[in-house]
Amino acid sequence: MSASVTAATAPRRPGTARRFLTNPQAVLSLLVLLVITGLVVFAPLATQHSSTASELSDAFGPPGGGHLLGFDSAGRDVWARLLYGGRNTLGGAVLAVAVALVVGVPAGLAAGYHGGWFDSLASWWVNLVMALPAMVVLLASRAVLGPSVWVLMVVLGVLVAPSFFRLVRGAVAGMRGEPYVDAARVFGLRDSRIIARHVLVVVRAPVIIQVALVAGMAIGLQAGLEFLGIGSGSLPTWGAMLNEAFTNVHRAPLLMLWPGLALGATSAALVLLASALRDVLEDRGTGPVAGRRARRSAAESTAAREDVGERAGLLSVRDLTVAYTLADGTSREVVSGVDLDVHRGEVLGLVGQSGSGKTQTAFSVLGLLPPGGRVSRGSVLLNGTEAVGASERHMRGLRGDTVAYVPQEPMSNLDPAFTVGDHLTEPLRTKLGLSRAQARERALELLRQVEIPDPARVMASHPHQISGGMAQRVLIAGAVSCDPDLLIADEPTTALDVTVQAEVLALLRRLQAQRGMGVLLVTHNLGVVADLCDRVAVMREGVIVEVGATADLLTDPRDPYTRELLDAVLDDAPARAPWRPREVGAL
Amino acid sequence: MTSFILRRAASGLLLLLVISALSYVLLSVPNADVGRQLLGPHASQELVDARNSDLGLDQPVAVRYLDWLSSALRGDLGTSWFTNADVAQAIANRLPVTLSLMVGVTVVTAAASFVLGVWAGVRRGAADRAVQVLGVVGYALPGFLVTLVIVLVFAVQLRWFPAIGYVPLSESFGGWLSTVTLPILSLSVAAVAGVSQQVRSSVIEVMGRDYVRTLRARGLSTSRVVFRHVLRNAATPALTVLGMQFVGLLGGAVLVEQIFGLPGIGAMTVQYTTRGDVPVIMGLVMMTVVVVIVINLLVDILVGWLNPRARTS
Amino acid sequence: MTGTSHGGRLRAALPPDGTGTTEAHVTERDALLDVRDLRVSFPGRGWRAPRVEVLDGVSLRIRPGETLGLVGESGSGKSTIGRAVLGLVPVAGGTITFDGERVDGASRRRRRALSRDVQVVFQDPYTSLNPSLLIGDTLAEPLLAQGVPAREARGTVADLLDRVALPRDAVHRLPREFSGGQRQRVAIARALAISPRLIVCDEPVSALDLTTQRTVMDLLLDIQERTGVAYLFVSHDLSVVRVMSHRVAVIRHGTIVETGDADTVTREPEHPYTRRLLLSAPVADPDRQRERRTEYERRFHADAS
Repeated sequence: MSASVTAATAPRRPGTARRFLTNPQAVLSLLVLLVITGLVVFAPLATQHSSTASELSDAFGPPGGGHLLGFDSAGRDVWARLLYGGRNTLGGAVLAVAVALVVGVPAGLAAGYHGGWFDSLASWWVNLVMALPAMVVLLASRAVLGPSVWVLMVVLGVLVAPSFFRLVRGAVAGMRGEPYVDAARVFGLRDSRIIARHVLVVVRAPVIIQVALVAGMAIGLQAGLEFLGIGSGSLPTWGAMLNEAFTNVHRAPLLMLWPGLALGATSAALVLLASALRDVLEDRGTGPVAGRRARRSAAESTAAREDVGERAGLLSVRDLTVAYTLADGTSREVVSGVDLDVHRGEVLGLVGQSGSGKTQTAFSVLGLLPPGGRVSRGSVLLNGTEAVGASERHMRGLRGDTVAYVPQEPMSNLDPAFTVGDHLTEPLRTKLGLSRAQARERALELLRQVEIPDPARVMASHPHQISGGMAQRVLIAGAVSCDPDLLIADEPTTALDVTVQAEVLALLRRLQAQRGMGVLLVTHNLGVVADLCDRVAVMREGVIVEVGATADLLTDPRDPYTRELLDAVLDDAPARAPWRPREVGAL
Repeated sequence: MTSFILRRAASGLLLLLVISALSYVLLSVPNADVGRQLLGPHASQELVDARNSDLGLDQPVAVRYLDWLSSALRGDLGTSWFTNADVAQAIANRLPVTLSLMVGVTVVTAAASFVLGVWAGVRRGAADRAVQVLGVVGYALPGFLVTLVIVLVFAVQLRWFPAIGYVPLSESFGGWLSTVTLPILSLSVAAVAGVSQQVRSSVIEVMGRDYVRTLRARGLSTSRVVFRHVLRNAATPALTVLGMQFVGLLGGAVLVEQIFGLPGIGAMTVQYTTRGDVPVIMGLVMMTVVVVIVINLLVDILVGWLNPRARTS
Repeated sequence: MTGTSHGGRLRAALPPDGTGTTEAHVTERDALLDVRDLRVSFPGRGWRAPRVEVLDGVSLRIRPGETLGLVGESGSGKSTIGRAVLGLVPVAGGTITFDGERVDGASRRRRRALSRDVQVVFQDPYTSLNPSLLIGDTLAEPLLAQGVPAREARGTVADLLDRVALPRDAVHRLPREFSGGQRQRVAIARALAISPRLIVCDEPVSALDLTTQRTVMDLLLDIQERTGVAYLFVSHDLSVVRVMSHRVAVIRHGTIVETGDADTVTREPEHPYTRRLLLSAPVADPDRQRERRTEYERRFHADAS
């Protein structure tokens, strides 16, 4: 890209190199690898001794006289064998990784990008290779190809190529459907260019990480082969050295230490490097921008207030403040001093745009904030008892029969491993202590109440077998199953088609009226508010800006933000006039 | 479910057929003159030719393969070129040693990994970091190096267990236990490291799913949600990894049996591959593939039972 | 139409006298894009499953500088029409003609030439930009694909950012540093890079907050006014389509059920499905919403107790 001309207004994220250098694990493990590789590559500079010259009189001789680590069982210099042996061990690993890359990456790219018969064939082959234990295949190929370490390392490369293939294929196939790849095709980019620009960028980091892991594994496997004495017998390698040392373990246990240390340090450094690289390369940056705004408004909020008006009997929230602890240890307020009241049988709408804190408010009432989030201040009275700071046991007692929850996304809120029936009967049995038969009877009745045709069949279905609208009805049935006093519905119709939304809204209205439930309805849709709510609270950046009766607030908003929201509603925006040919020179 | 199992079994049989053909052809390539190899450089050409024709080596590869296949289907895997031992019998004699090792390791791994992974994934914090460190260490060290360290510490230094030898389970349970403890321990280190990482990350992932919050909002206790819902969903990827570990153990067993002097399949593999005894190698490869297929089928059935969506795909 | 006050931009897009061609029928000669009897099918799930018909004989025309709104629910096939025009899905039957030339089944080479004239803005601003490419690289992409020299492209990119009211230093940043609305501006700028004559807008404002949605719609109207580009505007939201489109087509189960001037289709639709769509969307006025609800239940729930 071009050199920076204008200074960026926002702080630039630190570059990859910078992040690498400030990660001690990455630097340290790379340093260890560099030292080992350096010593091995420049072995002649690090020792004048030969790795093969053997003097039986020196066998098991102690260090001294320029022999840094003494002698092995055949009277050879251990330090020299370690250095020259490293050449074979590391060289073999490099060869295996190179072969794996050359075979796995292009095949993965082709299979992932084009799919089709090549993909099917390659994936079948890969499953086959991955199913076989590498060591057994290596031994069998040795019988065919002969005892050359280098040949075996090529075979090993082929054996581990599937791990690159799967990685690349998965990444590429995952992004093939991405709109930005479609967009690139619309722009007329050639496939080769799309792969180079978009695909390689995506797979680069995981491939680098995998290289480190595979190298570590190759070293281990190769050393294992040598240890068994089925590598290239004559060459010094770390595995062969371990083998020789192991046969003399009672006489000179120290001889095992040096090759073991070299092997352990190299593999450990590779794996640690891989895990550090994962942190460095796959850094996805900090959270969304919305958070920063929220923090600013948090600073403006006042300290804890006392008795603000009369508190409602069903749900009364006062000065509720929700904070999240961030990775860097600081905390961020997403809800700041919220007051809310829901009376028995009343429907309160909580309206705001994404990131306004409305969902966080709902989760606080349920005591189910995601990890990292906590109520840092304020009070939540549910049926007159305090929920903030209450034990999990106490909250569990309230959930389901005092306060219930209807989520936004119907599909992701049903456990795919259980049937619809299981979802409904489990709380009935644990909360209400019904028998299996009673629970089933009640569940069928609930499904009838939410207007599901053929309840028995739906009971036996798994979530993936029913439609989104149906799933939302099931979730509503589950929420009302233990007769809650308060229903918290978080954007209950946002994920649904508009005709389904109308049906679900009608269902919610009917259930609310029949059971006299209080409802806290979280939504961004002012039409849904007008349809369902008695009162509305408008929320912006963690703060309630206006509360009022629905009709008043929608027709005569007081707060400029509420007015802004209403102005954005398109209900009464005029339709566009029909097309007319452009006049020449209208530009 | 039945058709799902049948489909998997059929694809397994196809795999067995393909691999057997492939291995047979590949193994036949370099063995043009086995007779010479067996009888030594001084044997007369007639004798060598006679021996080759005894072994059927004068026939085309395709004919030999079909021969082999038809006997294999009757349970006859032929005889060793070098020892004349019956291959199927030899494998059957050694299989219990390796299988008992593998089952032992899998039981230890499954138990330890689920405990560690769930603990780390649900509790997070210090427990999580401990399991992650264990994972990196277990993964970082080559398996046979770990084995050597275990031998040095528990057998050579502490002398708690024998360094070498094997007592069959049928002879004495205590003896068997003392001879397999260290091998099982050695093989479990890497397996626990790998599987517990997988359990941990899937537990963390499932704990973050929407339906976990919804289930808790119904008033179900955390432990019920974890053990009934989270574990069931997290088990799918963990079982797959466990299955792959089990297969990998066939390779790990080669080194461990060699180090501990156990008379199992692994040691047999080393012994016969170095000599290039094709009938035995064929038998070993086939046995490996059968184990792989059976394990994968078991994993598929378990996963299909736990996760209804997997059945349809 | 009751006259609640609304932001000025949308009004400004209307011609002053509110007149124009009222007839929905567009002649072949006028059409910039002419889709006739388009059929698209996808392979069914599972082995030997029958193909699923996604589009079952769809015909539509768009004139230069015109917006055709295409409205439907999920699974109706509305996005598939746009994707077929863009050459992203194979066409099983029918023809697509652009500027008098058949483009269905065009070669990759022909497609590349065509991409100078037909561009796209996708729904989700989070996935339509490659998360690991700098904004500048993303914007330069269509230019480089057309063989524009890098130096020249850089100048054009700066202009594009100006046109969608984004700061020029955005070129050095990654998509994740921008909000959804800003990303959608980037996607629009990218579509404008080589002055196309038609932009397929696939739910371009559906993922945005209400207020942001409004500003992005204004931007699109403004661009059309200035450049005379035509839009195929796909959306599930009848009220958005009404404001954006000269004409509206309603699609259901792969078939167009109704086409006509925006005002007619969105106020007095003929087809019962369009009426149902219209009445299903709640309006932000409790009294009127109650009336609509009653009418909805009268029309569609006559059988329900």
